[in-house]
Amino acid sequence: MNLQGIKKITLAATIILAAGLQGRNAMAASTTLLNVSYDPTRELYQSENIAFTQYWQKKSGQSVVINQSHGGSGKQARAVIDGLEADVVTLALAYDIDAIADSKLLDLNWQKRLSSNSTPYSSTIVFVVRKGNPKQIKNWDDLVKPGVSVITPNPKTSGGARWNYLAAWGYKQKQTGSAEQAKTFIKALYKNVPVLDTGARGSTLSFAQRGLGDVLIAWENEAHLIVKEFGSDKYEIISPAVSILAEPPVAVVDKNVAKHGTRKLAEAYLNFLYTPQAQDIIAQNYYRPRNPAALKKYSANFPHIKLFTLNEVFGNWRNAQKTHFQDGGVFDQIYAL
Amino acid sequence: MPIIQKAKSKPPVAKKRVSDPISIQILLIGLTLLFFIGFVFVPLGLIFSQAFQKGWSFYLDAISEPYAIEAVKLTLLTVAIVVPVNAVFGVAAAWAITKFNFKGKTALKSLLDLPFAVSPVIAGLIFVLLVGSRTPFGSWLGELGIKIIFSTPGIVIATIFVTFPFIARELIPLMEAQGRDEEEAALTLGAKGWQIFGKITLPNIRWGLLYGMILCGARSIGEFGAVSVVSGHIRGQTNTIPLHVEILYSEYNFTASFAVASLLVFLALLTVIVKSGMEKHFQKNSFHL
Amino acid sequence: MGYTVFYLSAIVIVPLSMIFFNTIPMGWEPFLNAVTAPRVLASYRLSFSTAFFAAVVDAFAGLLTAWVLVRYRFPGKGVLDALVDLPFALPTAVAGICFATLYSPIGWFGQILARWNLQIINTPTGIVIALIFIGFPFVVRTIQPVLEEMELEIEEAAQCLGATRWQTFRKILLPHLFPALLTGVTLAFARGIGEYGSVIFIAGNLPMKTEIAPLMIMSKLDQFDYAGASAVALVLLCISFSMLLLLNAVQEWQQKEYRS
Repeated sequence: MNLQGIKKITLAATIILAAGLQGRNAMAASTTLLNVSYDPTRELYQSENIAFTQYWQKKSGQSVVINQSHGGSGKQARAVIDGLEADVVTLALAYDIDAIADSKLLDLNWQKRLSSNSTPYSSTIVFVVRKGNPKQIKNWDDLVKPGVSVITPNPKTSGGARWNYLAAWGYKQKQTGSAEQAKTFIKALYKNVPVLDTGARGSTLSFAQRGLGDVLIAWENEAHLIVKEFGSDKYEIISPAVSILAEPPVAVVDKNVAKHGTRKLAEAYLNFLYTPQAQDIIAQNYYRPRNPAALKKYSANFPHIKLFTLNEVFGNWRNAQKTHFQDGGVFDQIYAL
Repeated sequence: MPIIQKAKSKPPVAKKRVSDPISIQILLIGLTLLFFIGFVFVPLGLIFSQAFQKGWSFYLDAISEPYAIEAVKLTLLTVAIVVPVNAVFGVAAAWAITKFNFKGKTALKSLLDLPFAVSPVIAGLIFVLLVGSRTPFGSWLGELGIKIIFSTPGIVIATIFVTFPFIARELIPLMEAQGRDEEEAALTLGAKGWQIFGKITLPNIRWGLLYGMILCGARSIGEFGAVSVVSGHIRGQTNTIPLHVEILYSEYNFTASFAVASLLVFLALLTVIVKSGMEKHFQKNSFHL
Repeated sequence: MGYTVFYLSAIVIVPLSMIFFNTIPMGWEPFLNAVTAPRVLASYRLSFSTAFFAAVVDAFAGLLTAWVLVRYRFPGKGVLDALVDLPFALPTAVAGICFATLYSPIGWFGQILARWNLQIINTPTGIVIALIFIGFPFVVRTIQPVLEEMELEIEEAAQCLGATRWQTFRKILLPHLFPALLTGVTLAFARGIGEYGSVIFIAGNLPMKTEIAPLMIMSKLDQFDYAGASAVALVLLCISFSMLLLLNAVQEWQQKEYRS
């Protein structure tokens, strides 16, 4: 190893890098969309993207490549704020898109732009238990019983975990009408939690692969996926009588589509999600479709749960975030001694 | 800890005089093996048992899938840039620190170590804070159409940051142990700075340099935390091998994920094979030290 | 020299100073509140203590391994040597997943430990195990080159003069190896404090109990609280830096002692 050699390697590396960058730029010139999404939608958008590509090809004769990026919802929102040039964002909660709007990348009124609060699909929060339900977990109240070990991710770092928390809180507050009792309930619930993974998928793995806990609180779509992936002979889904209507919203990022000249395509992509074809795919992936026909067709997968909305109990996302999850909020208080 | 004095295969001296009780040798080797079993072999076994759970053909499919190949390419490209850049810097820094006396040397040395002490998460974060589009500098770059973050240059820069102390850190103790006598002697004999470096310093530090480069290479292959913050996670574009492993794992595609992870093990082994190859090469054309 | 300083400032100082600049707008009071919240303090304690124990274990294991690899010949040595670097090449997340799987109640090790009612996963012990793995190559790889270059003549001379092996080790070898050992251990320690990827899988992340400092930064970031995250990062950075400074100073002093 001498300096001559090092210089040669550096030169070679620079050339490779330059070539690589050029290749990438060339790719960007064809029609592409970047969809920045949260974790559990991987399978959903894989299917939706194939469907949309065909649909768009037929409609406009244009071939389109849709790139996907997945990760924790908050982390993804931050990446977009910091310069990840997403054309569309499809995140776990409205608060994360609000944060993007706050940094002036899209209109503050984004949620009014598409129907159903800009959420082409909804979901809810259910339980997954081991086969035979050995601890007899039927409803939220069973989760605070002594000896029941509950797996849920960390609400500070996971969007899904916030829905879990709000579902439990909302259940108790609606039942008793008292926020104080809801807080006591939440405190007892988190006493039974032995591990707070940073993301929803991390919790699933703790529960399913590492055999921790008696019950997993999860998105309904994740619950179905767990049963499918890990075996219906091992796990079953328990739907509580009452739960929250979880609405993961979608939006076009105005500033980025203006830069890429992809507004038309991006809007077509999001509108496509409301079409009967896309709604069918949504239902196949165990998200609750907005389209009544699709909902009816797959009704076996979606048992009747009494759903309350976030706004009913908490006003709006910014409020919920501030009261419960901000530093010093309720979630911090229940862990303080 | 007992002491054994034995020459190992240090080139070119290879006189063998084993003066340690064999029992101590066995004991120490045994202890080392025990540690390795618990911390290296069993986890490795786990990776491979998972990787081959569905058989060879599945394994081959998993690692030859286009996204996986893109990830391998990106990782190798990163290593090819990071290691030489850091090697040049490492030698320069170690040279400056050990061969000259100046004020603030200790501070400089500590600064060198800092990237280790910085959490990989922070390492990614600082580049986001520096060139992210929220910052004036970042938005200026954006207007010029230069993309650093969430594209290849960002990954390379973050990796350079995380791995850059390795080589210097490897060389400093070595060069300190060697002292400056030889260089000073050469200087008295009228050698030029560059000559001294090429003929005396470089041969003396080649082991350290080699180890440093291997470490730096290995670490850049495996870096996850920092890269994950600046990558943007776009499949086939800004996905390195570790990120690809994570994606597959998150998709409950465990077998494929461990299969790709096992590639990293092979890459690590490869670096060491290169090392021993170079050792042999040195032995053949050994400058007698 | 100029190159060193330039490169250092471009790659290290400028980016790191961003942490500092991001905390300034906070003001003093909120800054103090952010970095001295009980949860944050608990996380510092946890991160530093686990990293410390892991570094101590690594010191012994690393010295032993380097010694065996450099001085002995035995079958399979090449493989061991190769595998030392594994913790670097393996993404930290994979390492974390591996250990979490091994020590889970249904894992290979976890099953055995469960018989004695021992739980590793989701406890500080689990964090220490992950950190031992992460820091191990630092110690081995810093000692190894020094040991390789070490002249046997001194040892031989000592032995000729009638020193026992233990004496030779203590008086000749250890002082000679000490700078490298200290470097390795410091690096392992420093790395342990900041480690994130592998630890979150095995730690449990319960507030006040098993929540590491880097996780505090992450959870602040997820609230889009850049300033708060930078504040915690800054504190972590300052502690680490002063520690490195101290250790480097000790090392210099030790070396002077050794030379004279």
